[in-house]
Amino acid sequence: MKKISLELGSGGRLMRDFIAGQILPSFKNPILGELSDSGLLPEGLAFTTDSYVVDPLFFPGGDIGALAVNGTVNDLVVSGAVPRYLSLALILEEGLDGGVLEKILSSIGRAARKAGVRVVTGDTKVVRQGQGDKIYINTAGLGASIGRPAPGKIRPGDKVILTGALGDHSLAVLVARGDFGLRSKARSDCAPLLFLLPLWKRGALWMRDITRGGLATVLAELAERLPHAVLIDESRIPLSRAVRGASEILGIDPLFMACEGKAVVIAPARRAAGFLSRIREHPLGKRAAIIGEVQDEVGKPGELLLRTVSGGLRLLEPLTSELLPRIC
Amino acid sequence: MKELRNQKAVAGLLRDISGLARALPSPVRVMEVCGTHTMSLFKHGLTPLLAGAGVEMISGPGCPVCITPNGVHEAALALLTQREGLTLATFGDMTRVPTSKGALQAGVPARNSRLRIVYSPGEALEEARRSPERETVFFGAGFETTIPAIAVTVQEAEEAGLSNFSVLRALWLIPPALRALLQSGNIAIAGFLYPGHVSAIIGLRPYAFIAEEYGIPGAVAGFEPGDILLAVRSVLAQLAEGKPRVALEYSRAVRPDGNPVARKLMDEVFEPYDATWRGLGTIPGSGLKFRKKYLAFDAGRKFRLRIPESGGDLPGCRCGEVLRAAIRPDGCRLFASKCTPESPLGPCMVSYEGACLIHYKYGRGKKGDA
Amino acid sequence: MCLAVPAKITRLEKPNLGLVDYAGTEVRTNFSLLPQARVGDWVIVHAGFAISLMDKKEARKTLRLFREMAKAA
Repeated sequence: MKKISLELGSGGRLMRDFIAGQILPSFKNPILGELSDSGLLPEGLAFTTDSYVVDPLFFPGGDIGALAVNGTVNDLVVSGAVPRYLSLALILEEGLDGGVLEKILSSIGRAARKAGVRVVTGDTKVVRQGQGDKIYINTAGLGASIGRPAPGKIRPGDKVILTGALGDHSLAVLVARGDFGLRSKARSDCAPLLFLLPLWKRGALWMRDITRGGLATVLAELAERLPHAVLIDESRIPLSRAVRGASEILGIDPLFMACEGKAVVIAPARRAAGFLSRIREHPLGKRAAIIGEVQDEVGKPGELLLRTVSGGLRLLEPLTSELLPRIC
Repeated sequence: MKELRNQKAVAGLLRDISGLARALPSPVRVMEVCGTHTMSLFKHGLTPLLAGAGVEMISGPGCPVCITPNGVHEAALALLTQREGLTLATFGDMTRVPTSKGALQAGVPARNSRLRIVYSPGEALEEARRSPERETVFFGAGFETTIPAIAVTVQEAEEAGLSNFSVLRALWLIPPALRALLQSGNIAIAGFLYPGHVSAIIGLRPYAFIAEEYGIPGAVAGFEPGDILLAVRSVLAQLAEGKPRVALEYSRAVRPDGNPVARKLMDEVFEPYDATWRGLGTIPGSGLKFRKKYLAFDAGRKFRLRIPESGGDLPGCRCGEVLRAAIRPDGCRLFASKCTPESPLGPCMVSYEGACLIHYKYGRGKKGDA
Repeated sequence: MCLAVPAKITRLEKPNLGLVDYAGTEVRTNFSLLPQARVGDWVIVHAGFAISLMDKKEARKTLRLFREMAKAA
């Protein structure tokens, strides 16, 4: 393999090829092979891990600490597990301000309490100045399975529910970096998605939280595994005013922008309306909507299609490279 | 402006277009020469709708990243990887263009150097102001929409007496390229969509020769679905009437005389020369270089970059022919096989508006169709 | 090569700099290309520069046209 590029970390196709080509063959086992957000263990447990690298460390609506808790919590929720325990590993760069670290740790504590999880083990390392970008955080999460994603049971007519507006996290971070001369009211949507847990007992078929790569990447990856096509309706996708505006200015597509507190839920056809009501009852799900469905009329099996506002049709594929502002 | 995306309005315009197209030799081939038009057509799923209405949309040389020869991209890469203490500020698109030595984004910067993505040339100038001990080079690529902004930025640098700011220029003019396209004779285009924001700068007069000398109709178009369809309808109406002209279908943003202030500023800083475009060869008066007064801001000169005017295309790449609309993306053997978005061989697969990337991302499901 | 949005000028600061508002997002904008621009005007903004003044009458005409088309069956 050639040298590692930053591109690999973007989470797009390069990453998926890396996992398929290097990770899976190195650690052959059926649990990993499912490539779920969490490893689903036969002991009725779910186990996941994630590392957090973000610049800047603090942004409207959150910080790296809150991300480190909620990101891992959400991976467990969408895998059908009630989050219970976290490990916390810190890699600190020499010279990091002590006050900054304290703020981050407080934030982790607050987020953990809010998500009902306990940090039960951890580690701290310090690296030389210049060898680490202020702070890297890894969390691993352990949860109790109450449900199990069943993509194999998805049928035409099953609905795609989006729990809220897209792209706010991505935009908040962009603006906080001071990039591009933009001033926006965008706030990261960083939050735990615990309110989705009851849907598992009510027959939810599949869930995924929408992070890097955005809604399009999540759904395209699901569609690829199905013998049907997935069709979503652009006019039903909620966007905050801030994201709508900034994305048009910079030429960045909200369908590919990262969130940190939104998910996609596949609901059995006859349960969808009920799911939607339940999600909407929660403050974090107020803008939830049924945005599309699994179907065979339009497109080919494995495809994700978007009915555009103007009535056209567009094929959506997973994000292949970093989202950058366009001049053209 | 969501009214301009309204499904019913769009459907109505498509019906008008369909009606007009029926009375014309089909399909009616309309060329747009603006990457933003290409992107808007595909983003809203309009191309298949237009095909269904009897109009085939052709993507011309409207992508500054695509038509900038490899030599310039390689010069940018050389600056980043070989010069120490330098910030290369660039628009996002430029960072993924493949060269024989790799792309900008994959380049390992020289000691204390870095790549910075910007939205505006003004940010690059800010960078230079903030870090007087470092060199800031702005990789300035664009057509007439962007060139005045770059001109102003250079003048501001001059007024501020900055000695650490320069522009690696890749500045291109649309009307000479259109003339060259038409002179080459081998494209069968029934009408043109003219780029709305280039036109906001240059006005309508530069396109007059297309209607007068070549008898080909055209319309200046905005970028919403409704804008594009209004312009296509106008082109077809002109074809039906047999009265080719330069119609203005973006009157809210474009004056017939364009923006004279912008043109004057462009002219103060830059002068035309015979530039070489990827795929189109050397076109008289089609590029802009620095006037003597501002030569100190020319990165090519400042850093003594040897920039070959042409060639350097990667072997097997047919981007040139795609840009000339001589072939479609899937007419290139490398398309979607050896040349993909993750491993692009030519700029047409890299730029967000590159005809090949767009065809790959959005048009592939309908291989062989319009 | 024409990505730009119509935005309203909310502030003119130094000779040529200011802010525009597009759907609640503020963009730092350079007005050197439009010396006649005033606060409250609508402009087309490309790469942080205002490149053209919007003709409000023409904009209203276009909007009206499309509203009619949206209503028609």
